[in-house]
Amino acid sequence: MTTIEVQPRTADEEFAERRRHIGQKIQHFVHRHPWSSPLAILIVTVMCFSAISAQFSAAVNLSLVLQQSAVLAAVSAGQVLVLISGGVDLSVGSLMVLTTLVVGKLSADAGLPDVIALLAGAAAGAALGAFNGSMIARFKLNPFIVTLGSLSIFGALVTLVSGGESIDAGKFGSLINLTGKSFKIAGFTFTWGIVVVAVLYLVLSYMLLQTSWGRHVFAVGDDSEAARLVAIRVSRVRMSVYIAAGVIMAIAGWVLIGRTAAASPQAATTVNLDSITAVVIGGTSLAGGRGSIIGAVVGSVLVTVFRNGLFLVGVDALYQNLAVGVLTIVAVGLDQWIRKVKA
Amino acid sequence: MTTTELDLRPRVPATEPVMSLRGITKRFGAVRALSRVDLDVYPGEVVALVGDNGAGKSTLVKILAGVHQQDDGTITFENAVVSITDPAAARELGISSVFQDLALCDNLDVVANLFLGHEVTTGGVIDEEEMERRSWELLRQLSARIPSVRTHVAALSGGQRQSVAIARALVGEPKVVVLDEPTAALGVAQTAEVLNLIERLRERGHGVVFVSHNLADVQAVADRVVVLRLGRNNGTFNTRDISYEDIIAAITGATDHGASRNPFTEEPA
Repeated sequence: MTTIEVQPRTADEEFAERRRHIGQKIQHFVHRHPWSSPLAILIVTVMCFSAISAQFSAAVNLSLVLQQSAVLAAVSAGQVLVLISGGVDLSVGSLMVLTTLVVGKLSADAGLPDVIALLAGAAAGAALGAFNGSMIARFKLNPFIVTLGSLSIFGALVTLVSGGESIDAGKFGSLINLTGKSFKIAGFTFTWGIVVVAVLYLVLSYMLLQTSWGRHVFAVGDDSEAARLVAIRVSRVRMSVYIAAGVIMAIAGWVLIGRTAAASPQAATTVNLDSITAVVIGGTSLAGGRGSIIGAVVGSVLVTVFRNGLFLVGVDALYQNLAVGVLTIVAVGLDQWIRKVKA
Repeated sequence: MTTTELDLRPRVPATEPVMSLRGITKRFGAVRALSRVDLDVYPGEVVALVGDNGAGKSTLVKILAGVHQQDDGTITFENAVVSITDPAAARELGISSVFQDLALCDNLDVVANLFLGHEVTTGGVIDEEEMERRSWELLRQLSARIPSVRTHVAALSGGQRQSVAIARALVGEPKVVVLDEPTAALGVAQTAEVLNLIERLRERGHGVVFVSHNLADVQAVADRVVVLRLGRNNGTFNTRDISYEDIIAAITGATDHGASRNPFTEEPA
């Protein structure tokens, strides 16, 4: 017998369905598809900027927006993973910059081959992630505080390692610089960095949605006690999440070197908080257990579009930050409202 | 048949208990939660574990689930002395628990919850189809009424959530299923449904430990009643031979069954 009986719905359930207002229906839909609201906002934003500025919708500018989004999207990939597991990582940006300097020093100063330098960067990312992870998973310290601490520590290490000077991309081989190389499709310019980020997202989606590990990450984020009771090794899952985030930051660092044509201690200073903004706008809950990987991409593009569009329209950088700040608060408010839905 | 001492033997056909606890003691600091507690569970029987608040029921359940470890005493499972060091060890042995707060993940659907921690994978990838098929099979065997196995658990009613939690306890074919207050938060119809599930578990040959405050429920499904009082055994009874008042008396301490040895712990003469 392979027939599947679907139990008829009870009158109660029918009634509950009909009782929903239009507002609740939207709330329900957004709850199920967390990426839908940022996507709607993104489309509206792009239309508005296109209407105001002809420059904005030009292929050259849209290409630029994508290239600018790539680094933030890569960092957000790590951030969304950490947030789904019920944690937070404030140190992602400085961790990324630190890995770029490891790669840069090993390639430019030590003269190691590109592959070795990049792998060493990934190893450094994993080690730094493991530091965060062990503080949080083993010593049960609050992730906000731990990563706030490591934000400073990694930042200081960046200055120590670099001596405050950036390493020019001219000193690197072609593999390290690959992420900056571009190609054209139908008038749009893409960098290999964008391709790297796309592959990163495919792999992350696969890991989170198709493997037991991914499911355990969601379970730990929703209710770590429940996860423990079904024999999931919670601290091991937490540890793996921060290590994975560290490796993802090394990949983001590779993309950053391509984007800025250097390994620079001053690069990407806003990315720590922007990644949280992007991921939360993308429909990932700060409370853990609920998150959208597509949403992280949409959120990253949205944040970049905001900055880029306001710049083209001639708005001062000060107001760009203000706008992104407002966007963040609106997104968190929206998250709160959506979470109230009793499905 | 009259109610003599000898008739207190389990009426189930099984002769060997699948699980035996002897002299289980657990202290939390200065508090002695359990003192030399004994418990036998036979395959295909429902043992009710009853007692007042603070009698040690939940502590005993948590020891069986691997959440706590006993300070003293032995657990024999299928004729081997075992130690249950963590929830994973309990599952591996074949003891699965349904916790009072159910321990379900609201953000996951029914299938994901049923197999949480024990996903069916082929080459590292979750086999959703196989898991969904097995979920339907399991829920149908239990006659559990769930609208769709793809609903998120957050959308289910209390009784349905309880059904999912019980069904989950059966994944991996455990020998013993421990249910901690499964009817406490339920209405009349839903309680009847859960009691039905418990009878199904017995039919399937599982040993069932059923913790409850509700003596009507206990009398409805249990074969034997083990009474705990202040962390000690206070009598083991055959449900059909004992009245409601007798159980109450044992729970409240009006009658003392702790001093006389429990007949199940004695070697047959």
